[in-house]
Amino acid sequence: MSDGIEIRKTYKLFINGAFPRSESGRTEPVHGPDGRLLAHVAKASRKDLRDAVRAARAAQSGWARRTAYNRGQIIYRLAEMLESRRGELTHELTRTGVDGSVADQDVAGAIDAAVYWAGFADKLDILAGSVNPVAGPFLNVSATVPPGVCGLVAPARLEALVSMTSAAIMAGNTTVVLAGGDVILAAGTLGELVATSDVPPGVVNILTGIPADLHGWLADHEDVDLLDVSGVPDETRRDLETRAAENLKRVSATAGARDLSTALAFTEIRTVWHPARIAP
Amino acid sequence: MSERPPALESLRAASVDALALEERAARLASRSIKRESKRAGLELTVACMDLTTLEGADTPGKVEAMCQRALHPDPEDPAIGAVAAVCVYPDLVGVAARALAGTPVKVASVAGAFPSGRSHREHRLAEIRQAVADGADEIDIVIDRGAFLAGRLTEVHDDVAAAKDACGDAHLKTILEVGELGSYDNIRLASMVAMAAGSDVIKTSTGKLSLSATPAIALCMAEAIRDHLDQTGAEVGLKLAGGVRTAKQALGYLSIIAETLGTAWLTPERFRFGASSLLNDVVLQLRFGASGRYARLDNLPVD
Repeated sequence: MSDGIEIRKTYKLFINGAFPRSESGRTEPVHGPDGRLLAHVAKASRKDLRDAVRAARAAQSGWARRTAYNRGQIIYRLAEMLESRRGELTHELTRTGVDGSVADQDVAGAIDAAVYWAGFADKLDILAGSVNPVAGPFLNVSATVPPGVCGLVAPARLEALVSMTSAAIMAGNTTVVLAGGDVILAAGTLGELVATSDVPPGVVNILTGIPADLHGWLADHEDVDLLDVSGVPDETRRDLETRAAENLKRVSATAGARDLSTALAFTEIRTVWHPARIAP
Repeated sequence: MSERPPALESLRAASVDALALEERAARLASRSIKRESKRAGLELTVACMDLTTLEGADTPGKVEAMCQRALHPDPEDPAIGAVAAVCVYPDLVGVAARALAGTPVKVASVAGAFPSGRSHREHRLAEIRQAVADGADEIDIVIDRGAFLAGRLTEVHDDVAAAKDACGDAHLKTILEVGELGSYDNIRLASMVAMAAGSDVIKTSTGKLSLSATPAIALCMAEAIRDHLDQTGAEVGLKLAGGVRTAKQALGYLSIIAETLGTAWLTPERFRFGASSLLNDVVLQLRFGASGRYARLDNLPVD
């Protein structure tokens, strides 16, 4: 074996199951802590976001129709893919300046989160749904339904990024994820893992670049049903929440915490009255 | 019935350079149109639209709802004017005519054993006459592709001429069903025959085939119209139907028409889109242009 030429990866966007460069042609230079240029990562534009939302909308009903069990299987597959690329993801975090042990922990946390939400998928209805006692001859059932298309502004930690995304799709939503900062390289690789996990095209779309350039478009977009502002700095959150409220968007800030409240944030409860009762 | 033309065979003369046609059409259709021009183009698209429902499951209620939509394309923005026409099956012409009485929106009806055209001539002509009597302003018929592909051009011509005769004052739009013609040469020839027979408008497709309007076919037919104008002085309109679903596609077609036939053709009298889902995409784009926020399809009426 001779010394081959180093083949560097072109970090691209992940939209509708494909890896396009930004429609704008723009890239974001990413530097290591020593100032060395690591990569020119595709920098998502407003029109990339538009395309991503369109893909997410088109994929949503089909994804929600899958059984919760099947969604769980697919998210577990994502955990397997994360595990197999653990070293690469850790390396990508450390190259952008994350401390080694922190990076190890972050990747381990991301894998754990995917497993957690994989297991949650077929428990969600048990935990959040109910058969309600009502004063009449009716069967009254509250069941979970996904809000639809979720815009996720992730904090610059891989665990939060993976956890938010997994929780959202676990509940039957489709997602448009904005990622930047220290996880910008790992977010590029995450798209490859999603693409090989049987996640249908459009269910997860990952837009790398500068989230602050795009989160306003996400908040204003009438076809996005939920905005998670976990990665938005406090000083701009209020503005985004106001803009999201103008088009009746749900707003959450789960940061991908592994608990029922995160699951509920990505879920709506619908109650139906059925004119029959379970005979005693 | 009009006079039999001198030599239909002479219309075969010209042959179309398919590569050049597709290249030119693609270039024109991908032209970047922004801001004020985009808004004007989108409003023109609405003004030139035949809002269409041609389903076996159509009902009077659905046609009435579509007529309301035709009058108010964006229920939340009265500034956007009505579409050019609604297009329905012949038995629903009366319903549409009543719903649109006193409005500028025209009633178009497919007729003549649409979409196949395979029926006896007297039945097809009777269907046209009945649709006109019920209040259709425009009649869309489809040519006999079997006769055309067998080279019996006179038969195709006489069929269209008879239909034109049966239309009386109504406008005749002649569908070539380009998906079944096989080549640009044939599309051009069919255009020429249909125009020679007195069609007021030539139209790409029924919308029932997977291959319908494409930029190259639109350009091919527009060039045929231009050549017919040069040879005879007669102004024939163009209707693109089938496969036009997005505002972006529509703007591309407007560029092709403007560059080939001139802006004089960009009026509802001479140019139409036959479409159903296109309207909602155009309204989404108009809303985005007005508000700066991406709009939601779920907020628009379903048709």
